[in-house]
Amino acid sequence: MNIIIRNTGEAPIYEQIVVQIKNAILSGELAEGEPLPSIRLLAKELRISVITTKRAYEELERDGFIVTMSGKGSFVAPQNLELLREEQRRALEQHLTQAVAAAKAAGISRQELTELLALLYEDEPEEDGGGYPQG
Amino acid sequence: MSVTQPVLEIQGLRKEYAGFCLQDLSLTIEDGTITGLVGANGAGKSTTLKLILNLIRRDAGSIRIFGMDNRESEREIKAQIGVVFDEPCFHEILTPRQISGYMGALYAGWDPAGFARLLDRFSLPAAKAVKEFSRGMKMKLAIAAAMAHHPRLLLLDEPTSGLDPLVRDEILDMFLEFLQDEHHAIVLSSHITSDLEKVADTIALIDQGKLLFHEEKDLLREQYVLLKGSAAQLAKLDKNLLIGVRTNEYGFEALAKSRRQAAFAGLSVERPTIEDILLFFTRASRAGAHPGL
Repeated sequence: MNIIIRNTGEAPIYEQIVVQIKNAILSGELAEGEPLPSIRLLAKELRISVITTKRAYEELERDGFIVTMSGKGSFVAPQNLELLREEQRRALEQHLTQAVAAAKAAGISRQELTELLALLYEDEPEEDGGGYPQG
Repeated sequence: MSVTQPVLEIQGLRKEYAGFCLQDLSLTIEDGTITGLVGANGAGKSTTLKLILNLIRRDAGSIRIFGMDNRESEREIKAQIGVVFDEPCFHEILTPRQISGYMGALYAGWDPAGFARLLDRFSLPAAKAVKEFSRGMKMKLAIAAAMAHHPRLLLLDEPTSGLDPLVRDEILDMFLEFLQDEHHAIVLSSHITSDLEKVADTIALIDQGKLLFHEEKDLLREQYVLLKGSAAQLAKLDKNLLIGVRTNEYGFEALAKSRRQAAFAGLSVERPTIEDILLFFTRASRAGAHPGL
């Protein structure tokens, strides 16, 4: 797993960690039950504050992405992955519904729309594009 | 995720010298963290560290380390503290191996094998006299010696000053390794703020004997913004949002609380460094503004 911290970015450091670990889990790079690096190791490696790393893990835990067992460390949570995929799918449906509405408003045909979608899909790089959709 | 407990608790600490007064300093340091003590020369950083070690007598206040009073339980506490002060102070004709010998005779908890490992780790020759060491090597030796009795708390006064960036980085890595044990903590004073930017969890700023703030480093950098713009733009800004302003012939630079982004439209908005924050807060405090976090 790669985690890149941007010091110039607007996003707070803990949020950058949360987003990147969520992405690694959602993409399957981090499998269910897999151990995460300890808070202290991650902080040391990334040279960020232990407090910040702890906050990121707490948020991941609250959102159900990881579980922490005292004395053993943190692991990728098993249960919610299906649910999360479902959620992502719903979010995608919403975006597409908007796209369809915009197409209809502009008089763009269904064929034109699907062609455009196919084109965009090919153009988009496989990974590390936008990041996890927020909200 | 265990909630950390204070390793060091200072309350209402006071020390008066002719022309200098450390005033009602209160500071709590949590286990498992690195605290950077920053401030100008003569701000009171070294005085604070010396008071913690009971090297000088406090006039008022209390200092508790590992939950014990620092004077009543001095011996017990000091057995678990490692200290490095500004100037490394080993006898020049001794070699690290000889130093290990006499430290072992002085300190019950001294670990000669652990010390040898640290020497190795820092690439320090065990059989060479200290007088042949560079400043960086002497500092690394002092840090190795401070860690060789497995302390829980390291108190370091300017451990990286006067050293080149590579050696400083090596030392900082060593600190982070020490912190892999969550029952360890480090308090270090430094005016090399870039070093603290790399390793500190919290920053305590002292000026003229007063603690201006003690705050998480990342929060500091997220809560404040460095604004730049023209004099006309400055005139329109709500001054209550600004910690401090520096104007020049061609514009201004200001540190502001970052909550209200809308107010800063049209300005250059940057994330401040710890140094920016230190400078603006210190100047504001000296101007009598008493900025709060």
